Amino acid sequence: MSSIKRKNLTPVQQQYQDFARAREPQRPIIRNCIRAFITGGTICTLGQGIQLFFMTYFNFDEKTAGDPTVAVLILISVTLTSLGLYDHIAQWGGAGSAVPVTGFANTIASASLDHKSEGLVLGVGGNMFKIAGPVIVFGVFSAFIVAIISVIITSLGGV
Amino acid sequence: MEKFVWAFIIGGMICVIGQLLMDGLKLTPAHTMVTLVVSGAILGGFGLYDDLIKFAGAGASVPISSFGNQLVKGALQEAQKTGLVGVLTGIFKITSAGISAAIIFGFLSALIFKPKG
Amino acid sequence: MLQGHQSWIFKSKPVIIGSAAIGGPFEAQGNLAKDFDLLHGDIWLGQDSYEQAEKKFLEQACETAIKKAGLKKEDVQFFLSGDLINQIIPSSFTARTLAVPFLGIYGACSSSIEGLSLASMIVDSGFAQNALVGTSSHNAASEKQYRYPTEYGAQKPPTAQWTVTGAGAAVVAQQGQGPRVVSATIGRVIDMGLSDPFNMGAAMAPAAVDTIEAHFRDLNIDPSHYDLIATGDLGKVGHRIAGDLLTKHGLNIPVEKLTDCGILMYKEDQPVFAGGSGCACVATTTFGHLLNRMRRRELKRMLIIATGALLSPMSYQQKETIPCVAHAVAIEV
Repeated sequence: MSSIKRKNLTPVQQQYQDFARAREPQRPIIRNCIRAFITGGTICTLGQGIQLFFMTYFNFDEKTAGDPTVAVLILISVTLTSLGLYDHIAQWGGAGSAVPVTGFANTIASASLDHKSEGLVLGVGGNMFKIAGPVIVFGVFSAFIVAIISVIITSLGGV
Repeated sequence: MEKFVWAFIIGGMICVIGQLLMDGLKLTPAHTMVTLVVSGAILGGFGLYDDLIKFAGAGASVPISSFGNQLVKGALQEAQKTGLVGVLTGIFKITSAGISAAIIFGFLSALIFKPKG
Repeated sequence: MLQGHQSWIFKSKPVIIGSAAIGGPFEAQGNLAKDFDLLHGDIWLGQDSYEQAEKKFLEQACETAIKKAGLKKEDVQFFLSGDLINQIIPSSFTARTLAVPFLGIYGACSSSIEGLSLASMIVDSGFAQNALVGTSSHNAASEKQYRYPTEYGAQKPPTAQWTVTGAGAAVVAQQGQGPRVVSATIGRVIDMGLSDPFNMGAAMAPAAVDTIEAHFRDLNIDPSHYDLIATGDLGKVGHRIAGDLLTKHGLNIPVEKLTDCGILMYKEDQPVFAGGSGCACVATTTFGHLLNRMRRRELKRMLIIATGALLSPMSYQQKETIPCVAHAVAIEV
């Protein structure tokens, strides 16, 4: 990505960007990865625990326990977002809090809260999917393509 | 018990992949999540993502990549029953809980709370 | 009077007869808290939205500046104001409250100094006896508009900056007591091909350097002329880059003389990443802290170079880079 942009730069611009980059604090990638690992792992382990809870006390089996588990995680995430806590967890945890489904719920809740001032219909309703929208759109579209290809291959007697 | 350990490790590793996309390739969170969802859909098409879930439990089903897998599974299951049109009618069947919960709880939060800024 | 290529010298030296700085909770915990006229405990000010709260901040700054100038609203002849919110609504709606003839301007975070230059030019040339300059910014409103919803968990990199929640205003007049605006340099838009909205410092530094060099070239003076040279909101990253760039170009400004309002604003332990930013950063620092230092005779001549990043959320999505501008004003007492 960045190499494509650099081709359109003049020599002066390229020189400056190298100059600036040498004087910028680098993103602490290793530290962030460790924190993401811990945060993401914890949230997934929590999910595993919730799943076990539903399987033990509520008659769900391994296949069907996924739904209520995800719903509970979403509720927790929305609550933490509403209490103003999720963004602080995320500053520490990075992708560890953005990648699990809790991150998805956080995008919807945070956008809803911020645009409350524009009313429920246009504000909340119209902006809720600001960040989550791409996930749904590309998820659905890629699933569509993958499924079509899969169906065609199967019907041709394939894989 | 072993399930918990693998849930932690695999879930953590998928998040590390996300972190590398954000910090290394400088992708935005939205681009990162899209990449993971599409990857989940592709792996789901090969039937590989379900194997990962059998092995790692919530470590694979909680990250957003699982969403892509569920979309594909829903489409394929319905297509098996009703033919090619099932791809359209089945996509949201399995993910319905997740999306509905997010919308409903998100909307409720906007009714009750104010953002902290 | 035009001086050189892009600078103005104000022969009559318009006086800043009153100035005010209003801030929010983060600013109250910062380094310059004592120089704010009013500090609020929350960012809402009893309003229903961030944008309406920002308008309230600006209204308070303007009303306080007018009062400290010993004037009434009806005495103010022109109001120049700009801010970061789409269509500069905090400024327009404040102008509605003030009912003063309004000139809306936009220079992103350089708006206050752009406004001060124009106000001084209007007063110096006899087109007004006085003029009010104002600007505001609001952390939550800016995050919501330019980046992500405020409760969204996006991890900010160390080059990110913290938008100041507050407003600054000043009344410039032909007569009176106070620090005087003696010259201004209008900046060119400089774009070094950077496109990361979480690293404004590096994007704006070249514009600051370009305007600083133009100022010294046009007026035929050197940095020793000033006691303090302060950029608006380059933050730690941009400040370092600008300093090195100036040295590389042969303009040596001693490190004690070159500072940045984004660095001055907050304490080391506040989670503001590379420092403060936003229109109110340079406005509250200049119209509060720095002018107070001048009034105490701690500084005799200072040069303020406010920097602005002229991007929009849409330009970024359309893969455009970030063009920046910097305007300079020289004040002496």
